[in-house]
Amino acid sequence: MKDLFKVSTRTIVATGLGAAIFTLLFMYVKVPSPIPETSFQTAYGLGAFFATLFGPIAGALIAFIGHALSDAIQYGSPWWSWVIASGVAGFVFGFAFKRTKVELGEFKGKDILTFNIIQVIGNVIAWVIVAPVLDILIYSEPVNLVFTQGITAAIMNSVSAGVIGTLLLIAYAATRTKKGSLSKE
Amino acid sequence: MTVKAKLFSYNLLDTPIHELSGLTKLICFLLLTFAVMFSYDIRVILAVMVFSFIVLKISRIKFSQIRLMVIYVLIFLVTNAVISFFFSPEEGVKIYGTRHNLVAIYGGMYITWEQIFYQVTKFFKYGSVIPLGIIFLLTTNPSEFASSLNRIKVNYKAAFAVALTLRYFPDVQREYRDISLAQQARGLDLSHKAKFKDRFKNALMIIIPLIFSTLDRIELISNAMDLRGFAKNKTRTWYTTRRMNRKDFIALAISALIFISTILISVFINHGRFYNPFI
Repeated sequence: MKDLFKVSTRTIVATGLGAAIFTLLFMYVKVPSPIPETSFQTAYGLGAFFATLFGPIAGALIAFIGHALSDAIQYGSPWWSWVIASGVAGFVFGFAFKRTKVELGEFKGKDILTFNIIQVIGNVIAWVIVAPVLDILIYSEPVNLVFTQGITAAIMNSVSAGVIGTLLLIAYAATRTKKGSLSKE
Repeated sequence: MTVKAKLFSYNLLDTPIHELSGLTKLICFLLLTFAVMFSYDIRVILAVMVFSFIVLKISRIKFSQIRLMVIYVLIFLVTNAVISFFFSPEEGVKIYGTRHNLVAIYGGMYITWEQIFYQVTKFFKYGSVIPLGIIFLLTTNPSEFASSLNRIKVNYKAAFAVALTLRYFPDVQREYRDISLAQQARGLDLSHKAKFKDRFKNALMIIIPLIFSTLDRIELISNAMDLRGFAKNKTRTWYTTRRMNRKDFIALAISALIFISTILISVFINHGRFYNPFI
């Protein structure tokens, strides 16, 4: 468990560069949805992928920094409630760290299931609970509006993390050397 | 998919705002944004807004620098206003506890003065934060930003991650554009002509090479940093730290004053976050 929160130089660098890609995807690679102010964000797929490889701290910071930065560039100021919710989502995604065999070159059946259960839990906590509650507390937005937005966001980000995250992890596993791939002749 | 946004189009000018240290600007930005985030009193919000426009003027930011941002924000504010109304046309009545009908619209729904007041307040509330953010972004040296974060007690490792993000964002952006052009040259269609499913798949064809080249780069950079002994000590120093001088303290004092008076107005005059002119 303690390993989960270990911060090495690699974690920090992964956070920095991960957040840079997150910002980029967040701004340019998204598909608008019918519910206003929400869209299908490919960035969360990337966030889930990095969180699985580098842990909850990296996951939380990537989503937090990435979201805050892209908000700041586009709107001049971050929308704090959703930025914090992004951080929470990234943090929960990070619990898939070391729970799958992706570093050993294997990402199939059970690992895919583990990863997806964790990412759905993360998205639900972040978008159905944290984001709407903070929206109401900080900005006094109408209750039914923020929950509608939250549920939409949870569904779309789960799909994004599920589809893109899983595909990325499979691709990544293929680049790792498999355990026991060497045999003595 | 054109990528043209410039991150922190910071340029050094000789204005009092540029002279302030990054730390000062960060704290002032947080104080002022928290003040308007907290308050739903239109008088406070407009005062902060006027103040931030004056600061915007002093820092000599040109409209051409922020035009795109302003357009985005206006679109956001208008959609927010429209959907808040349709989701909750009685929000104003709920908040202010009175009802003054203005016009009846379809099906027993009314546009009330309360709702208009609530939405106008909200419009300015969100709008007033924008100049503050713009001032902060455009007058702060990005490399000084990380050291300022560290000085408000953000762990230096996290501050360093932010510095790395700012440093590598332009690189990632360039790489994204290169990959995207290369894939398009091979016949990948990213325009609106392609089907939704294809566009999704095609976006993935750009993301995957981008991520895998970044993973290589992560190894490279973290090895280089490890070799130079990064994170061996509990604290670190920064090249770009500036000393605080008299101007910094004046700016901090003004922001703190605005922040405290916002809280005091809410507690003693409005008895809550909302200013209620209806009773």
